[in-house]
Amino acid sequence: MLDSLTYPIDVDLILRKKKAIKRELLENKPSSTINIAILGGSTTDEIKNILELFLLKNGFLPNFYQSEYNKFYEDAIFENETLSAFKPDIILIHTSVVNITRFPRFDEQIDEINHLLSTELNKFKAIWNSLSKYNCAIIQNNFDFPLNRSLGSLDSYDIHGKTLFINKLNLGFSKCANEIKNLYLNDINYLSASIGIQKWFDRNLWHSAKYALSFDSIPLYANQVASIVNAIIGNVKKCLVLDLDNTCWGGIIGDDSLDGISLGNETAQGESFMYFQQYAKELKDRGIILAVSSKNEYNLAKEGFTHPDSVLKFEDFTAFKANWEPKSENIKSISSEINIGLDSLVFIDDNSVEREIVSSQLPMVNVPNVGSDVMNFVDHIEKNGFFEIVTLSNDDVNRNKFYQENNVRAAEQSLFDSYDDFLHSLNMVAEIKSFSSLYVDRITQLINKTNQFNLTSKRYTIGEVEAVRSSDNYIKIYGKLADKFGDNGLISILVVEVRELSCHIDLWLMSCRVLKRNMEFAMLDRLVEACKDLGIKDIFGYYYRTPKNNMVAKFYEVMGFKLIESNGDDTVWKLNLANYEQKNNVIKIENG
Amino acid sequence: MDKELAFEKVQEIFKDIFDDQGLAIEASTSSNDIEDWDSLNHINLVVAIEKEFKIKFNFNELTGLKDVGAMIDLIIEKLK
Repeated sequence: MLDSLTYPIDVDLILRKKKAIKRELLENKPSSTINIAILGGSTTDEIKNILELFLLKNGFLPNFYQSEYNKFYEDAIFENETLSAFKPDIILIHTSVVNITRFPRFDEQIDEINHLLSTELNKFKAIWNSLSKYNCAIIQNNFDFPLNRSLGSLDSYDIHGKTLFINKLNLGFSKCANEIKNLYLNDINYLSASIGIQKWFDRNLWHSAKYALSFDSIPLYANQVASIVNAIIGNVKKCLVLDLDNTCWGGIIGDDSLDGISLGNETAQGESFMYFQQYAKELKDRGIILAVSSKNEYNLAKEGFTHPDSVLKFEDFTAFKANWEPKSENIKSISSEINIGLDSLVFIDDNSVEREIVSSQLPMVNVPNVGSDVMNFVDHIEKNGFFEIVTLSNDDVNRNKFYQENNVRAAEQSLFDSYDDFLHSLNMVAEIKSFSSLYVDRITQLINKTNQFNLTSKRYTIGEVEAVRSSDNYIKIYGKLADKFGDNGLISILVVEVRELSCHIDLWLMSCRVLKRNMEFAMLDRLVEACKDLGIKDIFGYYYRTPKNNMVAKFYEVMGFKLIESNGDDTVWKLNLANYEQKNNVIKIENG
Repeated sequence: MDKELAFEKVQEIFKDIFDDQGLAIEASTSSNDIEDWDSLNHINLVVAIEKEFKIKFNFNELTGLKDVGAMIDLIIEKLK
């Protein structure tokens, strides 16, 4: 039954069996609670019910607050003790075309219409502004088009047109979402278009129960919202692993040879493989890592990407496994080579047997049931929201460069007598400073997606990061690292609670792409410095074991801490600062 | 479609919507008899019936669906 929640979403089954589906989902014991307030401009009850299923599927245990019917404005603008006490992590403002206060009248002049537009926009700006006191993420629907427009196509360009007015409002929303931190748009204009406005809006249901979307649309709406929530929390996939024959091109390169595979504009089939490659390339260009896992001769497989119509090139792949090992083994080594968890991988293969083997051997890997027709692969990737993001940072765009630079670093490492010589040769420069508002998004993202080099694996919402940033009770440090091969961006975070003469490390994490570069020493040096300024004598470190952070089980020992307590696999460590000596001597610190 | 078959299908719908596989309905069963049968679940029932029988109710008809018997009668009527 849980399959109904992945693409292609089984709307009928969800609507009919939602309670049984919920029971089944609760058996997986999702533990990550999340408080979601829905402020509605129309009825939201069924939206809440179905959204709950999608959030449970993604491992969240949601609590909900719902505004009274159509009280989104009042709930947002005025003091609201219930909402304050609820402590929302996310506020979803479920408004749509039915909530537009007034459309232009035909006798109005352009000035009046512009005034109407800014009045409507200001209403929402006031809402977002007032909600900022909750320090949480706000998901705001943009506007869908109305079912009817009496001007016909003229409606889209006459100044009195409803659809033109909505387009302007939506542009206004987009501009605001780029400027206001924590404001994220849920694009129902796209969603309703993709469903079809006639199916999206059910007049019967609107007139009888004030639902501004059809029941059939609710699961698709909920899926889209849940994908945004995932992206805000940072719970997204990082790597697309592709099979080759009949996935990246038509035919079998080992049998058909380079000239025989189907790729290119000459045939419909060849064109659809190009379309798929184009999509994968676009994902790569915005930061998704590409890898290959294929049963093939390595040289033949590599040759496939020299095809003149191949959009993807061999160099686009960070890991390339073409051999006769089981694909599950290859995928395991891809995960360890790139240093990302198996649950960050999405595997696309046209062969159902191979998919079955991988998903049974490696249940953590995401293996969508894409079928055997390349025409459907893109929808399975996109509509399952695997790679949904809410900001496109320079880090994302450059991520593939980091990994490729790492390959060069690895090649260079072998030229040096000692690892220290190698580290010195990298000319590393770090910036290690206290949190600034500029980096709150990136810090939240990193906190929520770092699993391996993470001592406590505590998760923070953006509101909590903001609170820590502005609190004097915490030492909170981020680290950025660059070297002669490139800039790694912001890759390490330390959050330490100060309690009189001691301090306690609540969070210490680092991106695995800068492992073994002594960045952790530089971070500790900076922490000790901050502690000494405050007269602190001891630092306490905590290690909480998770299925993924074994790599740092002995981390505090390496850093010179003494074990003072163990509780099963969880340990407490202490570092006395009396005789602390600076540990980093290979990274230059520039905090200019 | 005969009444008996329609009744069986509606019975299954009630079990699913109220998530109670032991639920037994009769022609006279109304919202007074099932605790969870509120206006919200009423829409769920109607949507499930529409899908199961591939029919559409208009909103004048929705308010008339007071009990299971009325539902079955309207379904049979619509399917004619």
